[in-house]
Amino acid sequence: MRNESKEDIKPSTASERVFAVKVDDLTVAYNYKPVLWDIDLEIPEGVLMAIVGPNGAGKSTLIKSILGILKPIAGSVTIYGKPYEKQRRLVAYVPQKGSVDWDFPTTALDVVMMGTYGSLGWIKRPGQKEKKASLEALEKVGMLPFKNRQISQLSGGQQQRIFLARALVQNASIYFMDEPFQGVDATTEIAIINILKELRRAGKTVIVVHHDLQTVPEYFDWVTFLNVKKIATGPVKDIFNDDNLTKTYGINYQVSIQE
Amino acid sequence: MDISKYIELVFTDYTLRTITLGTAILGAITGMLGSFAVLRKQSLLGDAISHAALPGIAIAFLITGAKDTNTLLIGALVSGLIGTFWIKNIVTKTHLKSDTALGLILSVFFGFGMLLLTFIQKQPNANQAGLDKYLFGQAATLVESDVWMMAIVTGICLMVMLTFWKEFKILLFDADYTKTLGFNTKTIDILITVFIVLAIVLGLQTVGVVLMSAMLLAPAAAARQWTNSLAKMVFLAAVFGAFSGVFGTAISASQNNLSTGPVIVLVASVFVGFSFIFSPSRGLLFKQIRVIKNRRDLELHKTLAFMYHIAETHENTSHPHKIKLLNNFHGYTKSTLQKLVDKNYVKINGSMWSLTETGFETAANLYTKQETEDE
Repeated sequence: MRNESKEDIKPSTASERVFAVKVDDLTVAYNYKPVLWDIDLEIPEGVLMAIVGPNGAGKSTLIKSILGILKPIAGSVTIYGKPYEKQRRLVAYVPQKGSVDWDFPTTALDVVMMGTYGSLGWIKRPGQKEKKASLEALEKVGMLPFKNRQISQLSGGQQQRIFLARALVQNASIYFMDEPFQGVDATTEIAIINILKELRRAGKTVIVVHHDLQTVPEYFDWVTFLNVKKIATGPVKDIFNDDNLTKTYGINYQVSIQE
Repeated sequence: MDISKYIELVFTDYTLRTITLGTAILGAITGMLGSFAVLRKQSLLGDAISHAALPGIAIAFLITGAKDTNTLLIGALVSGLIGTFWIKNIVTKTHLKSDTALGLILSVFFGFGMLLLTFIQKQPNANQAGLDKYLFGQAATLVESDVWMMAIVTGICLMVMLTFWKEFKILLFDADYTKTLGFNTKTIDILITVFIVLAIVLGLQTVGVVLMSAMLLAPAAAARQWTNSLAKMVFLAAVFGAFSGVFGTAISASQNNLSTGPVIVLVASVFVGFSFIFSPSRGLLFKQIRVIKNRRDLELHKTLAFMYHIAETHENTSHPHKIKLLNNFHGYTKSTLQKLVDKNYVKINGSMWSLTETGFETAANLYTKQETEDE
């Protein structure tokens, strides 16, 4: 039970803190076996958080359940104290790159524009304002020269940046990203992490499913260890240690965190 | 029959005009909706739905005893929708994959439909003859009211598609993401699926249960080859579908006894074949040509680079060298040398070659800029 972290943060802010994301008793099962068991999670505003855990630990499932893509068996999710359904506009999602067909007949700009569909609502079409916002998002991820490219003609890293731009255009307060560094080269990885850090500086909350344990201390300031159950959550400097890694990954994990 | 005479006949002859119009409209709507089916990777759904419609036709006949097209097609619509609903349920509620679910529903419904058809044929009711036309379709039985029906459904479908264009597009591309934006993906999904079922049912009379799925897939597959825009793809698929209908009808009308449905499907597959080979960006032909051209360019550049390494060792980079020297280089041929001369990279003097200044410059900068151009 590592709850010191929560005590750490409380005094620094108001006494009754409203969390950016609060998950209560979340349980998800695909068939009989639970994928997530009784997850309680409180994510404070303005953190850049990694969700780590072995394959099959339920990392993507956790994000998808919070976002209502999957239906949990039990539990509830609140965003800034209100049910997620009422706070959708505050939340943006970057799915795994492999979850869509990149041969779909559309351009990079068109995909980014999809990020504006939510605020447009039903039927209304995107206009000049939406286009301008999308071009700005493309510029931010360094993809403006590729705006008219068919998306299949982009490299894996470029496709990931397009997905990021689509989330940026939503202008949300909380960003959920499912393995944004998967299959991208070093240049793109640095470009993406710089954008994520910029988001945090702007006071946004960013939650990232992450695989590369070595980079956790460098990239993130908050971390959640997950393996079906929540193992620990809190500031990286306090809880990213061999003890929690071993609890999460089962084996005696020999990652020397700080040399 | 010559063409001008045929065209005149299309406008004057009632039957021919009705069939041509009917098949054209049918081709347009199936092409349009087929694009959605193809992009959702539900190509086989059309096949399952059309086969699932057969028992509905038989049951509608058994209940009403009438052979009126609209009654039978309502039966087809109902059983087509039931089939589709079951497929979706099988996929979400069991471990079976969608191909298994499609195959299962297709064969079970078709089998049951055939059973009912043979049962009907054994009955003394003289009215029963001709129900089997729904197996392979019989365009000649189209009448004006059928065409009106098709036109109205196509019009409604077009209107719905234009209204919900944005929603359709985003659902086709990324369903999970669509959900997070707050759209009710189930509603959009039902809209698309119901229209696909409607289009299929409309085509049963003309093309038949067995070949109907080709009408859905062929124009869409052909259209995908020519464009990278969803709007253009849907439009092109509608055009290809309509032309398949018109040409197919023309061929079957001018050649006696060729049944229209299969001819339309064959014409549509000619569109597909042509598009697969000749499309500029995705076609096999131009792809192959590009591969060969790239290979030649690479060979040329390799030769140039080899020359550059020789010339580099001299102070005067245009110093002549023996052509023989190049023989130990693998990629070198007489024709590559000639091409380099044509490009003014190299000068030839008897058995000697020398790099020109442009040649030297080009060789020095080969492939160093590639990375920056790409990113």
